Amino acid sequence: MPELKAWSELPVGGVVVRDEALRPRTGNYRTGVRPEADLALCVDCLLCWLYCPDSAIALDGTRFTGIDLEVCKGCEICAEVCPTGAIEMVAE
Amino acid sequence: MKRLLTGGEAVAHAMRQIDPDVVPVYPITPQTPIIQTFSKLVADGGAHTEIVNVESEHSAMSAAIGSALSGARTITATSSQGLALMAEVVYIAAAMRAPIVMAVGNRALSGPINIHCDHSDSMLIRDSGVVQLFVENAQEAYDVMLLATRLAERADVLLPVLVCQDGFTITHSAEPVELLPDDTVRRFVGEYAPPFSLLDVAHPATHGPFAMPDYYYELRHQQVAAMAAALTALDDLAPELEALTGRTYRAVEPYRLEDARTALVCLGSTAGTVKDVVDGLEGVGLLRICSYRPFPEDAVRAALDHLDEVIVLDRANAPGARGPLFTEIAAALYGSGVAIRGHVYGLGGRELHPDGIEAIVAGETGTFVGLRGEACPA
Repeated sequence: MPELKAWSELPVGGVVVRDEALRPRTGNYRTGVRPEADLALCVDCLLCWLYCPDSAIALDGTRFTGIDLEVCKGCEICAEVCPTGAIEMVAE
Repeated sequence: MKRLLTGGEAVAHAMRQIDPDVVPVYPITPQTPIIQTFSKLVADGGAHTEIVNVESEHSAMSAAIGSALSGARTITATSSQGLALMAEVVYIAAAMRAPIVMAVGNRALSGPINIHCDHSDSMLIRDSGVVQLFVENAQEAYDVMLLATRLAERADVLLPVLVCQDGFTITHSAEPVELLPDDTVRRFVGEYAPPFSLLDVAHPATHGPFAMPDYYYELRHQQVAAMAAALTALDDLAPELEALTGRTYRAVEPYRLEDARTALVCLGSTAGTVKDVVDGLEGVGLLRICSYRPFPEDAVRAALDHLDEVIVLDRANAPGARGPLFTEIAAALYGSGVAIRGHVYGLGGRELHPDGIEAIVAGETGTFVGLRGEACPA
């Protein structure tokens, strides 16, 4: 747990500056299943990137490269929207 | 240059000279002359402002937040039900530290529906964390718009600042108003330098994040500090404006208090009538509260704590409690031994004439000045 700051140490209005913020590791929210990607089936349509509520889709430019399991909460939306079956939910 | 202007028009001319980047606004009586006059000035090329014709006051304040936090100088205006509809977003504007200037034409809240002056709309948001400066006449409405722009944008303040003028009594009454030269105003208001900008994509930041019990209290306390800074900033900036205008505006205005044993205390245009009355009375003075938020408690106490009696005039009532100005004055004078009584007057535009003020001083009225029928205990 990071040390809590005093009111005078916080940015004005509670603004969170990206480069100074802690990166929340929300991957531990998952409850038993995780998405697994088969890059051979992926057509880089990026629907998963568009729909992912947690920025858990890793890209290289406009190419899909996989799932960032440190932040993926296992909501299954990417597997649901993938039109080619390249993402499937598997047991942890 | 002196012009014959109403308070609403005077504010519109101040806005033309301030030349804000964005004005999101929705019309409502008695504020409408402000935006109507300003819209014409913009259409005539007098300012480069983008006026956003939103669909409600809730949207006006929401757009104002986005605009102000993008680094655009932002002004809006409203009254009564418009301020009530805004209220939810006004709290957020204060918490997000959006330096929005808002001209308010004070008008009674519904119901019953009414379009005339009292201060119930301002009092609705008295604890929202916005600065509320009350003015006495059209000239002061003009002057304080300039002051409000600087005050709102001070790095240690960054709060919405409301310039409150009595609906109709000031907004619609024409009087000679001295306008500063345009370039003098431009130099006085300067450029707004925001600490963050929503448009600065090279430095992305989250504005208005969720706060859990571990941080909500601290972030609320930032507003306490900003309000304290606003009181100091007012003392810094007012002399700078006074040097340009020759007119004084401070958190409080003492009038004929030097030899007084009794003082009346009020907000807004009523102070003008009170000044005329106390000119003809022995031992009676006035303390006009100009900054209602932040409330200048130390200045109020220093001005009043040696008197025999203080009479507070509230132009808003609080059913089931004392008036909102009375409670502040009573708290400021707690322990001083000064006798203090409070009166409610002027609700929904009810006139208070000089003979009515004389009757209040003489103790000939009840708590509810001018009320027909026997009043219930306050």
